[in-house]
Amino acid sequence: MTKVTMSVNGKSVSGEVAGNTLLVDFLRQDLRLTGTHVGCDTSQCGACVVHVNGEAVKSCTMFAAEAEGAEVATIEGQAAADGTLNTLQQAFQDYHGLQCGFCTPGMVMSAAALLKENPQPSEAEVRDYLEGNICRCTGYHNIVRAIMAASGQQVPAVAAE
Amino acid sequence: MPKDHGIGASSKRREDVRFLTGAGNYTDDINVHGQAYVHFLRSDAAHGTISNLDTSEAARMPGVVRIFTGADFEGVGGLPCGWQVTDRHGEVMKEPAHPVLAQGKVRHVGEIIAAVVADTLEQARDAAEAIVVDIDELPAVVDMKAALEEGATRVHDDLADNLCYDWGFVEENKGAVEEAIANAAHVTTLELVNNRLVANPMEPRVAVGDFERGTGNSTLYTTSQNPHVIRLLMGAFVLGIPEHKLRVVAPDVGGGFGTKIFHYAEEAFCTFAAKALNRAVKWTSTRSEAFMSDAHGRDHVTRIELALDADNNFVAVRTETLANMGAYLSTFAPSVPTWLHGTLMAGNYKTPNIYVNVKAVFTNTVPVDAYRGAGRPEATFQLERVIDKAARELGVDPVELRRQNFITEFPYATPVAVEYDTGDYHATMDKMLELLDRDGFAARRKESEAKGKLRGLGINCFIEACGIAPSNLVGQLGARAGLYESATVRVNATGGLVVMTGSHSHGQGHETSFPQVISEMIGIPEDQVEIVHGDTANTPMGMGTYGSRSLAVGGSAMVRAAEKIINKTKKIAAHLLEAAEADIELKDGTFSVAGTDKSVAWGDVCLAAYVPHNYPLEDIEPGLEETAFYDPSNFTYPAGAYACEVEVDPETGHVSIERFISADDFGNVVNPMIVEGQVHGGIAQGIGQALLENCVYDENGQLVSASYMDYAMPRADDLPHMASYTVDHSCQTPCTHNPLGVKGCGEAGAIGSPPTVINAILDALHSGGHKVDHIDMPATPARVWAAINGQ
Repeated sequence: MTKVTMSVNGKSVSGEVAGNTLLVDFLRQDLRLTGTHVGCDTSQCGACVVHVNGEAVKSCTMFAAEAEGAEVATIEGQAAADGTLNTLQQAFQDYHGLQCGFCTPGMVMSAAALLKENPQPSEAEVRDYLEGNICRCTGYHNIVRAIMAASGQQVPAVAAE
Repeated sequence: MPKDHGIGASSKRREDVRFLTGAGNYTDDINVHGQAYVHFLRSDAAHGTISNLDTSEAARMPGVVRIFTGADFEGVGGLPCGWQVTDRHGEVMKEPAHPVLAQGKVRHVGEIIAAVVADTLEQARDAAEAIVVDIDELPAVVDMKAALEEGATRVHDDLADNLCYDWGFVEENKGAVEEAIANAAHVTTLELVNNRLVANPMEPRVAVGDFERGTGNSTLYTTSQNPHVIRLLMGAFVLGIPEHKLRVVAPDVGGGFGTKIFHYAEEAFCTFAAKALNRAVKWTSTRSEAFMSDAHGRDHVTRIELALDADNNFVAVRTETLANMGAYLSTFAPSVPTWLHGTLMAGNYKTPNIYVNVKAVFTNTVPVDAYRGAGRPEATFQLERVIDKAARELGVDPVELRRQNFITEFPYATPVAVEYDTGDYHATMDKMLELLDRDGFAARRKESEAKGKLRGLGINCFIEACGIAPSNLVGQLGARAGLYESATVRVNATGGLVVMTGSHSHGQGHETSFPQVISEMIGIPEDQVEIVHGDTANTPMGMGTYGSRSLAVGGSAMVRAAEKIINKTKKIAAHLLEAAEADIELKDGTFSVAGTDKSVAWGDVCLAAYVPHNYPLEDIEPGLEETAFYDPSNFTYPAGAYACEVEVDPETGHVSIERFISADDFGNVVNPMIVEGQVHGGIAQGIGQALLENCVYDENGQLVSASYMDYAMPRADDLPHMASYTVDHSCQTPCTHNPLGVKGCGEAGAIGSPPTVINAILDALHSGGHKVDHIDMPATPARVWAAINGQ
């Protein structure tokens, strides 16, 4: 067991982990930050995406020990302290970009990373970027709309008749 | 002006806030103090006899609590099947035992041989590796046709062969159908495969069994679409726990699509082991386990004939299907190729003679059961494919051929035992064609051709039977359950309201849409209504969510319960206002006396019910809580018309979706935003089936597509882009027999889109001079290229 210390959502945390403890397990089991999900065992579904030092990372593919000293951001840290959703989260709600919610934390974290590196992505760029995030409910249509709307681009409104 | 609340408003989903902030409560997020973990040792052989199973060394490994094998389950019931099909000879289906843990024999890759319970998951996994298991392999039965051949290896020794049932529907129609086909002016025949799929909700299954020694009560937390059904099946048939000693909780569930309806061995095991060990036991499926233990979907091989007279009127449909059951009968498996498939073979058309034959087959594969659409996609695919082929053979417009055969008068009793209450198939066709801009297709095709691509247009119509279903009818058809739904409406003293529903939401947004209905009925804000679901301890007995039934059946139960509440509050209001009950009106949360300015607020009436100082106690009880069970008198029949334009690259066989239009008739719509989201999701799964997804076994029964590296899930860039994609639900013929006039929307996309896509691909190929009659799904580049090149 080794001791790891990292910042998670701006708070310093530490714990004892085995060398093979995955970052996602450290977050979910040790820190009880269960917003980060595990949907596969081959690093494909993207439900576990978090940010490590500002980069989107599949936390099922990184050891907790590798995050020693890192700044980790998870879905739990995205809204304001008073609970107000950030722009991207709000767009996901406004554009119905989620249904069962299981892939959602990873989708939001991936989308945030996309918008950081490409603040006004085209639809094709959004779809291409989401290659590593699988959603089974929405058909992605409203996820793409939400991400583009969050980037300040005009997209068709949700149904309102 | 769009509505901002109530029925018809696109109210934003309240459940989103917790899901968007990581505050959801999924089953794997639940940990019980002191819980142990189970790892299942699963068979890597498709078929064989367990000749040696030695757990002694493994049992001594660190942290191991206990290792269970089939021997521990000898006195325990098997997993029950909830539907009994009677075959065309009057015989009931063969129903082999379905053990929780293998009893001396394994019959599919992934079947559980042993269960290792340890203090940690790692310890359980490590110990499982130390179990010695020898399997004398037997030939695997994989191909359905081979499975039915004389002398084929039997999946179950105690059965005479691998035929589960040979179902004919309607058997009395058989002769008339044969005669109509023999005398027809034209008969179009098609053989096709409806590919095997894996539902793949993003949340893998999880079960946590708990046992409370002090009370003797068991609790199961599980990823289920219908916790009451699991409680009944597991309690009564598997573990012998009476329902009052068993609580089943399905909290936030990360998608279901059918595969979380069924009762699975793992949840029975965790409940059993928790009691045996007096300690909570948790299992979290890996995705790899999910592929080899979640019930699969589809997997039909079909031959269909469509007979037409000289004027192109449909005169008969005859279809023969082999339906894969897998190694055991999953909970509702027998009903899928029969009552959810044969009854839909009329489609949208007034074909007078229809005969359906289905042979259900046991194979050494994972059990097959309902997956989004369940039987209806299989019916639609074959019917709409053969109609398209007939149109091409006859040189007629596929739109007009469909139109001339549409059912136009309702109610309409089909020759396959169902009665459509309402619909307008021309209206959805008109709407689809309007949105499609069919006249512009020729120009779009030219543009594609200028790029060296072949462009095709495919259209499709479909009907579903949803909102399942009348209990007395399904009982006659072999269901061993009722299919009503329930709701308890509890009004609190200060006027807020809780609806406890037997329906279950795993992405459908009931917490938002159900309050919209209550808000409309009473006139109180939606946020005054809370929806409770998913826990047998605090919801009335209900059958859960599948078959696009939540609003049509569960919503109707809620309406009935709310009506009882409203009736009672009107009595109270009449007392408070010293008026006749018949004169009391409820509008916008206020009771008033017709023709006067006397009124009392909803909240005051509710308070009076709980503080009954001035109250007609001699006439009515205090309190405001009512329960209703709603059993529908018929299925609902959503219908639609879909169109798809594809570009095919003749050099590579790659298909891209260039345009997709759906025009659905769901009857009344409570939340248009949620409805459109459901259609998007269904269409994505339908396009996935048509172009990408395939569950593949090799000849030895090895599951080749057992991870996301091998099973192609649709990604964002596989699906149509915004500018070329419209889902419409403006054609609305309200259901005539439920109080909301709703029909259900959850499965439409998955039913309507696969034939649309394949019809479009074939149209593209024909435009390039490639006379291809059919391409089986998924239409991968390799298959399309082979078809183009005559291979």
